[in-house]
Amino acid sequence: MVTSWLKERPLLNDMLVSLLAVFAAFVVGAGLLVLAGADPLVAYRPLLLGAFSSRYGITETLVKATPLLLVGLGIAVAFRGGILNIGAEGQLIVGTIATTWVVLAFKGLPGPLLLLLALAAGFLGGALWGAVPGVLKAKIGANEILITIMMNQIAALLLGFLIRGPMIDAEEVAYGTGYPQSALIPEGSWLLRLPQTRLHAGLLLALLAAFLVYVFLWRTTLGYQIRVVGTNPQAARYGGISVARNLIIATCISSGLAGLAGMIEVTGVHHRLLDGISAGYGFTAIVVALFGKLHPLGIIPASFLFGALLVGADMMQRTVGIPAGLVNSIQGLVVVFVVSTEIWQRRRA
Amino acid sequence: MTPHDEPPRNPIAPTAAIPCATGRDQTVQFLEMKGITKRFPGVLANDHVDFQVRSGEIHALLGENGAGKTTLMRILYGLYQPDEGKIAINGKAVTIRSPREATALGISMVHQHFMLVPPLTVAENVILGLKSTREPWLNLGEAQERIAELGRCYGLRVDPRARVWQLSVGEQQRVEIIKALYRRAELLILDEPTAVLTPQEVQEFFTILRQMARQGQAIIFISHKLHEVTALSDRVTVLRDGQVVGTMLTSATDRQRLAQMMVGREISFQRYKDPVNKGEVALELQGVWAQGDKGLPALKGVSLTVSQGEILGLAGVAGNGQRELAEVIAGLRPATQGKVVVGQKDVTNRSPAEIIAQGMSYVPEERMRVGTIVDFSVAENAILETHGQAPLARGWFLDYQAIGRYAEKLIADFDVKTPSQDTPVRHLSGGNVQKLILARELSRSPRLLVAAQPTRGLDVGATEYIQKRLVEQRSKGTAILLISEDLDEVLALSDRVAVMYEGQVVGVMPTSEASVEELGLLMAGVKKQLPA
Ligand SMILES: Nc1ncnc2c1ncn2[C@@H]1O[C@H](COP(=O)(O)OP(=O)(O)O)[C@@H](O)[C@H]1O
Ligand SMILES: [Mg+2]
Repeated sequence: MVTSWLKERPLLNDMLVSLLAVFAAFVVGAGLLVLAGADPLVAYRPLLLGAFSSRYGITETLVKATPLLLVGLGIAVAFRGGILNIGAEGQLIVGTIATTWVVLAFKGLPGPLLLLLALAAGFLGGALWGAVPGVLKAKIGANEILITIMMNQIAALLLGFLIRGPMIDAEEVAYGTGYPQSALIPEGSWLLRLPQTRLHAGLLLALLAAFLVYVFLWRTTLGYQIRVVGTNPQAARYGGISVARNLIIATCISSGLAGLAGMIEVTGVHHRLLDGISAGYGFTAIVVALFGKLHPLGIIPASFLFGALLVGADMMQRTVGIPAGLVNSIQGLVVVFVVSTEIWQRRRA
Repeated sequence: MTPHDEPPRNPIAPTAAIPCATGRDQTVQFLEMKGITKRFPGVLANDHVDFQVRSGEIHALLGENGAGKTTLMRILYGLYQPDEGKIAINGKAVTIRSPREATALGISMVHQHFMLVPPLTVAENVILGLKSTREPWLNLGEAQERIAELGRCYGLRVDPRARVWQLSVGEQQRVEIIKALYRRAELLILDEPTAVLTPQEVQEFFTILRQMARQGQAIIFISHKLHEVTALSDRVTVLRDGQVVGTMLTSATDRQRLAQMMVGREISFQRYKDPVNKGEVALELQGVWAQGDKGLPALKGVSLTVSQGEILGLAGVAGNGQRELAEVIAGLRPATQGKVVVGQKDVTNRSPAEIIAQGMSYVPEERMRVGTIVDFSVAENAILETHGQAPLARGWFLDYQAIGRYAEKLIADFDVKTPSQDTPVRHLSGGNVQKLILARELSRSPRLLVAAQPTRGLDVGATEYIQKRLVEQRSKGTAILLISEDLDEVLALSDRVAVMYEGQVVGVMPTSEASVEELGLLMAGVKKQLPA
């Protein structure tokens, strides 16, 4: 039968099941549209095709896929270590703050050096923000989900405060406009762009990170330990592997990658700090990581798919006036279907 | 019409005076099981078992782990179908196809793991699944009253309005019993009910059971603890290897006789002949105390030594602190008092990694939950403790070629049957998982091996293989602490035998001087060896 034929081809089987989950999410989403009084066929056209219909659509898809890929990789590392990192949004924001601050503070330095500094600042900023729930979970067993969610809020408010106070653009103050944003970072620290688009070199960095995460998780002793701790902490303890230490390392790497995504958003896309700089990537990336089966090879296509959905949602909003927020519902539905098919498959195995 | 609506045939007391009296005839045979046989692949769990229960009696079903007690009760409760045999209730032949049918016949079972819904109240839990008297509304008020009444009758004190998650384990057990009584159970099956209770709760629980029996309730009490059986039951049936050894009045027997019946099979004293060649002390415990999972002391001052080149067998009935002892030695459970020395080093409350570095290997009781990561491949499981060492790792990186060769060698040396080294351990049989764990633990040439229930649940072939490897390792000079509930195994493999009872070592002796009778008495807590 088809199912047994597929069982011997697990990769193909996984892909098919994932696509089915997306399809099912769209079907249910169509129901929501009908309830809202819209025609699903009209709405879905720009949503599905918008990303591929123009050069703009394609490059914007890649622009959005870049942070999704980085953050998704981080979430996968945490998941593999047994941690649910819901705090990537906050970690990404802290990454943008750290990057901007460092680049503005050292703006006299030559561009490449500045970029290296920015890289370190983004990663460390995110990692430190993530270390808090990591240490609390490892040492006193605090629930990382609650703490990371709360720290998201703190990070967003911190950003709002900084761009209205200490880090506000001096020109905004001078002209009296007071628009809440930081100064532009020096051009030397901008990531290379494809002419006439916003597509920047950060994508290559994210792809490199995917390769490194793969090597880390499956080829290093530390990656092995993190996977053991995440899969069976009792066996880890029994085997002399420190659960606390590896929990902390896994959260720091996870949140460092989110911070790195923040660095890339600043140096590649916005070139300054502003409100809403993250666009919810920290949450969408959770879906990306799950959809990509927590494996870099799956997360790369998943980030492209969800990048395309975000672009399509914008187009849908602009052309047929349906709120882009619908995409959030579809994302949620994808999670529900992916997770439930997984449980279902495990039951049958 | 249920049997309860019939007029009492031979009332003990006027029903009006005591509203809870069932007025059941205590001389009447309620249950008769005859020639019950049940086979599982490779095991004869019940072998032509005859078993009867009268109304109003507490009938203990006694036997070692694996004797077939639970299987017999599951057949009675309709969870399994017997391969052979007959069941009669009140003299009428019946077939019990499901728990629902069992309940309709007046049979209730309280499982070891409670089946309550924590967010609901006691009353809501009790009426769960029953038809209300005033459908479509719930009859909660009525239920609460009846629960309170049952509570008064039997001393089952529980607040019907309390939520189950707020209750202690002992209280939850009472709720389970109330549930059964509420359904007008005439026969209550309790499978090792005291395993989850503290000693104080056990006393209270026994009082309740006696009260229930006086009211005509039939109770089957399953246990492997002799002192409980003698303290509580009216009659006792001893099961061994799926067969009934005997049924007798509890008052006509004693713990000593029961212990013999329970464990006293023909023991093949096929001792391994090569003499002990004792080396240095590899493990020394001095007055070790530790707490169990429920925060009560599980070890109460354990002292013992194991030398290189000898096997010390630790016998005892399950739950007397053996598991906790192994965990304290392995660094997985803190010692609250005392000292653990491995090699020459004090490793009390050190990390597992440090204790492993001292040459300790551990084969844990729970091989699928602790001993392996079942989703990982055989090769990845083989390197659990040694993945950071050359040649398996070079610097920060794993060397998969070296790991592959290493896994192949373990698989070949220990005859692990697996399709490949990349197969997830989940797909291996129990015996092969255990061989893999033993291979991994012995490959480090340990100074000390702690082996907890190393052959439990394995087939004969795997059991023999594991036992042979343990003896070989002893001859190579490893000190082995063998923890086993299988007395035959302990006697066959050990050079010395120690017995644990209620968190203490109650006796240590050379195996050549040990008799089954004496060990049985020590295990049952009847006797304590005087300090020599
Ligand atoms: N569902 C089952 N499948 C296979 N073997 C079983 C099953 N249940 C019990 N057994 C085997 O039957 C024997 C008796 O088990 P059990 O009735 O649980 O003993 P007890 O309750 O006396 O400890 C044991 O050897 C056990 O391994
Ligand atoms: Mg049992």
